[in-house]
Amino acid sequence: MTWGVAGLAVSFGARPALEQITLEVPAGRVTAVVGGDGAGKSTLLRVMAGLVTPRRGTVRLPARARVGYLPTRAGGFRDLTVAENLEFVAAAARLPDPEPRTDDLLRRTGLAAFRKRLARDLSGGMRQKLGVIMAMLPSPDLLILDEPTTGIDPVSRSDLWRLIALAAAGGTAVLVSSAYLEEAERASWVLVLHEGRTLVAGPPTEVVASLPGAIVEVDAPAHPESAWRRGPRWREWRPGGDPAAVAPGLEDVVIVASLAAGAGRAP
Amino acid sequence: MQAMIRKEFRQVRRDRRTLALMIAVPLLMLVVFGYVARFDVKDIPTAVLGPRAEAVAAMLEQTDQDPFEVTIIDPSGDRSSAEDLLRRSRAIIAILADEPPFTFLLDGSEMFAAQSARAAMSGLVDLPVGAVEVEVLFNPELSTAAIMVPALVGMVLTAVGTVITSLGVVRERQEGTLEQLAVLPLRPRDVIVGKIAPYFLVGIVDMVVITAAGLLLFNVPFRGSWPVFIAGSLLFLLAVLGTGVLISTVSQTQGEAIQLAIMTMLPQVMLSGMIFPLTSMPWGVRWISYLLPLTYFVQIVRGVFLKATPFDALGIPFLALTSLAVVVLGLAVLRFRRDLAPAGRRRHAATEGAS
Repeated sequence: MTWGVAGLAVSFGARPALEQITLEVPAGRVTAVVGGDGAGKSTLLRVMAGLVTPRRGTVRLPARARVGYLPTRAGGFRDLTVAENLEFVAAAARLPDPEPRTDDLLRRTGLAAFRKRLARDLSGGMRQKLGVIMAMLPSPDLLILDEPTTGIDPVSRSDLWRLIALAAAGGTAVLVSSAYLEEAERASWVLVLHEGRTLVAGPPTEVVASLPGAIVEVDAPAHPESAWRRGPRWREWRPGGDPAAVAPGLEDVVIVASLAAGAGRAP
Repeated sequence: MQAMIRKEFRQVRRDRRTLALMIAVPLLMLVVFGYVARFDVKDIPTAVLGPRAEAVAAMLEQTDQDPFEVTIIDPSGDRSSAEDLLRRSRAIIAILADEPPFTFLLDGSEMFAAQSARAAMSGLVDLPVGAVEVEVLFNPELSTAAIMVPALVGMVLTAVGTVITSLGVVRERQEGTLEQLAVLPLRPRDVIVGKIAPYFLVGIVDMVVITAAGLLLFNVPFRGSWPVFIAGSLLFLLAVLGTGVLISTVSQTQGEAIQLAIMTMLPQVMLSGMIFPLTSMPWGVRWISYLLPLTYFVQIVRGVFLKATPFDALGIPFLALTSLAVVVLGLAVLRFRRDLAPAGRRRHAATEGAS
């Protein structure tokens, strides 16, 4: 089953938040939405969670009980313990025998030893893991995670991505937003948003391959308006190609696309 | 330092709610409370009963005796019917006009009115009513505790119900867990009832503790019916919990919720008749009192505690309290439902079902 949106437009008052967004979120795959702050990632995910009414477009969602959603910054109810948080979700979702799955998820996330700890006393990474397993517990058809790895240490990020992969392997359609472009490369489809519009979209490898021209690495850019820092050196986009081209990454492609969008031309 | 002061001014200017709390609200309160903050009561509803009732009433009207405002004249009335009128709050003074000396019965639960009436007695000496006897009923010593403690039950319930409930819901919103709840397969009414139930129980415990403390520590009499008191308290609790939820639906942060809760609590304390008598308020302000749940709760508890007012005489306060509870709670539920189940979700479901 494939969920998603087509021709989506969302406005908050007179301010447009999303325009002409089309995205498919197929079962068994991880779909990533990336973009900077204010790009519209959370709005798109909230539309998919049924929390925002679009101005235009169609939205294809499973029944409410089949959606798992982790809002940005949320990680369980602060004054409940880890076990109580999961118990609440299991009761709300009327799961007949939640213990085996709860135990399995707690073990996989390393939270098994913290069952009796209050959510407010968990570290940031542990709270995020708790939030993710709360959303995963009812085995939803569509799992929506809004920036689950923001502000989390690299080890916890890796753990969280293992969980996300596990959910997809179980047949769930997973929609994840992230501010980190390198994370999007783990997804099977990536949608890059810029100021509420689609900048680029496709499988990460195809998006990278679609880069027109070439990217070169230089010490001093010839055209500063088409260059960006990468470590101690500069990377520069040469639309006409260049024999000294380096292999681009997804991040390079997104930067080129945003430079082109800012300059009003297609990349 | 200049930079710091400029930054603060900019922030305060943009925080409109705080600005309103700092400038507009104090001004409004000064004007409103300036008219309200008076203990002298000018017009006291007075009943005159007995064979010479009409003559005494005519004399009081002709001489325009403040503060006696004759509203009931009953030549066939006696002491028992006079006490009943006071118990039912149909009058605050009842004059038994049979044989001199006439007896003036005063409702001690309306302390300031009773004091004003007693002070005005000296002015009657020159009138041809002869000697008068004064008897204060229900609160013979005009004890402040007797009238304040029952009303304080209402004030404390307002504080607990409004402030604590509004904070509980806003905290969920601030932490993003309200959206988690919205996506869980819970019906909005499950969430709303589940959210209010603990505060309702805490409110009941508070009510029991405060009432018990009032009765035991301050020797406040309880002369009326417990079921009437409990029914009034539960209705009032629903109204204040509804106010709390309503505040939480229009607040984004706990600070905003507290500001709004204070803005709704102050008028309740000042205008409900708990401190200043309603009868001394000009109508330009008094109408606000009749929109406040505490006004009716104060009438119920003072009646039940001190006067053993029967339920059928409390019809208007009960009806008003029920209406306010239904309106406030209804509005709160509608707004909370909007947070939990946006119209979009239902529309999507319909589109999906049709496709």
